[in-house]
Amino acid sequence: MDYLAQQLINGLVLGSIYGLIAIGYTMVYGIVGMINFAHGDIFMIGGFIALISFLVLVSFGLTAVPLILLIVLLVSMAITALYGWTVERIAYRPLRHSFRLAPMLSAIGMSFILTNFSQVAQGARVKPVPPIITGGYTLHEGASGFNVQLSNIQIIVVATTVVLLALFTWLVSRTRLGRDMRACEQDQTMASLLGVDVDRTISFTFVIGAALAAVAGMMYLLYYGLVDFFMGFVAGIKAFTAAVLGGIGSLPGAMLGGLLIGLIETLWSAYFSVEYKDVAAFSILIVVLIFLPTGLLGRPEVEKV
Amino acid sequence: MSSPSPAPLPAPSHAARNSGPAFILKKAVLSALVALVLFSLMIGVRTEAGPEGLLIYWTRFGELAAIVAAVFGGSIVIELLRQWIGPVGAAGLIPAWLKDLMDFAGRWLTPALLVFTFLIPVIFYDQRYILDLAILVLTYVMLGWGLNVVVGLAGLLDLGYVAFYAVGAYSYALLATNFGLSFWICLPLAGILAAFWGVLLGFPVLRLRGDYLAIVTLAFGEIIRLVLINWQSLTGGPNGVTGIPRPTFFGIPLTPGDDGLAAMLGIEFSPTHRVVFLFYLILALALLTNWVTIRLRRLPIGRAWEALREDEVACRALGINITTTKLTAFATGALFGGFAGAFFATRQGFISPESFTFHESALVLAIVVLGGMGSQLGVALAALAMIGGFELFRGLDQYRMLVFGFAMVLLMIWRPRGLVGHRAPTVFLEKNQAISSDLVKEGHG
Repeated sequence: MDYLAQQLINGLVLGSIYGLIAIGYTMVYGIVGMINFAHGDIFMIGGFIALISFLVLVSFGLTAVPLILLIVLLVSMAITALYGWTVERIAYRPLRHSFRLAPMLSAIGMSFILTNFSQVAQGARVKPVPPIITGGYTLHEGASGFNVQLSNIQIIVVATTVVLLALFTWLVSRTRLGRDMRACEQDQTMASLLGVDVDRTISFTFVIGAALAAVAGMMYLLYYGLVDFFMGFVAGIKAFTAAVLGGIGSLPGAMLGGLLIGLIETLWSAYFSVEYKDVAAFSILIVVLIFLPTGLLGRPEVEKV
Repeated sequence: MSSPSPAPLPAPSHAARNSGPAFILKKAVLSALVALVLFSLMIGVRTEAGPEGLLIYWTRFGELAAIVAAVFGGSIVIELLRQWIGPVGAAGLIPAWLKDLMDFAGRWLTPALLVFTFLIPVIFYDQRYILDLAILVLTYVMLGWGLNVVVGLAGLLDLGYVAFYAVGAYSYALLATNFGLSFWICLPLAGILAAFWGVLLGFPVLRLRGDYLAIVTLAFGEIIRLVLINWQSLTGGPNGVTGIPRPTFFGIPLTPGDDGLAAMLGIEFSPTHRVVFLFYLILALALLTNWVTIRLRRLPIGRAWEALREDEVACRALGINITTTKLTAFATGALFGGFAGAFFATRQGFISPESFTFHESALVLAIVVLGGMGSQLGVALAALAMIGGFELFRGLDQYRMLVFGFAMVLLMIWRPRGLVGHRAPTVFLEKNQAISSDLVKEGHG
């Protein structure tokens, strides 16, 4: 029981990270209708920028951990958001009205560019960081000596996710920008006729998605204590799986899918085998889609001839 | 969070305002600023794990300045080129004489290429490198033609095609090393097994469309690769399968021994014989793929694939069985993927899961899309361009994938519908036909 509780906590934390990335996929899909294959690599870039800015800040002599974390968060969100904007501007905007497969291949190309850019720029080796946030709480002392632990970093990851989600939901449902985004999602032509700047709105969607991915990258760095240039691919596929599982285009669905994938992966590793955890996550995706072809919370598409 | 102001787009109506030197300079400065922020940390600071496991870093402001300057200059050059060439739309208009020339070339290109391909081993007999490269290109041509059935004809977006390639390769490798079966028995078996997996993948995705289909096929490809890595007792895990037997000339080995082909024909043995044999083998397999595809396209099933690509709902309304149409498309594509996999295994003599990553799927898909989705000649040319171009940058090593990524993005922006062009359905109405109102009245069908 204690073991299960511990695994549920771990799964929740991992799921929060996946959920943050999945939101970027699902937003872009909802508004432009394309799979942003480079999004996983945006997450990786976010992790790298967090790492580098952290190193630089520490070497400048800053010691207050909360201040450092706040600056690192803002810097990595800002720079990664610019990456998201640039990717959209270079690789997707020229293909906006092109045929369906073109932006996707361009996205795959962009993903190769980002992966190999960071390999060339920062080297192929794994970058470890010492634990920055330590300590935690023992929730329950088990009889057999197994304690259920809740570390501070886990609290921070989940709390940040919850705060960002609340902020983000507010943004989409209450602000002018969110209204524009939803309008573009429904009908771009009509939205532009009614005075919505479609290009700008789409750019903002990428910027917000990238900023959330940057937070996920930083959380990943803090939680696992390492980044490498290839981590975007697997994390990206899993987050996209999460978005599809929850029903692509649906924001709560993305978060739900992220949590589910995180839990499945953790529980599978804990009870069955670590090697096949990804196989389990992908298999469940396939099984869910057989019975619910539009995901858990997705709306069924209306087909017209 | 930064909210960068979008750079002004050169709208046609503001062409006069957006063409002066001030505009170009402003745009270049903006691009340089964006580049400065983007690369400030990623290029300006280099991190590496230090001697005690702790990270150390050093700065590279020189490189950073060079890159920002390059972006500044590049932006000016691109903007000047854009104004010089004119709006993007105008570049698509081809003068009439060029069009005639292209039509003429188009008619003769296929036979000429085919003859040239047949003659490659004769012309380049002494150049092992060119022969190897030709074999590699032909392998991708075959994979492209195989995937073309699924993506180009049936319009099913498959991101996990490499899975069938892997199934074919491992089928041959395991059957040959464990049971000593010959290549010519294993080749059909590998194809059939891959086709079986194609049907297996086809079933769950029958109801899915578009991007859902894409992600499930991607997941499927990853599942196959992960199983290959982790099922160590069967596949040897990351170490792969070694000592895969070389193909024989229908039972006669291509070895220097007395029972070898060279001894039987009474000619001097040369290791090039095997390469030439492999070349003609893959050429035959690729041409088989092409021939089958072209024939199938004229059968009802091929027509059904094209109808499915054009409109699934209308297809269903016309009474075409979607299930069999989709499954046969997957199975046919997978069959050829399996053949190519078996060939790959016998050529390499060693396979490991490393060869079957998502990158391969993306490469083959890029070949199909660049080839123009459904055009057989286009796929062949795209394979030649991609693999050949990739080889050109072999010396650049780690920059190679970077260049490949840029090439993919730029080619997509330049020719989104492929190098050769989109293939229209084989059958379509030549002209609109007026239907008498008697026929469409209510109650008359």
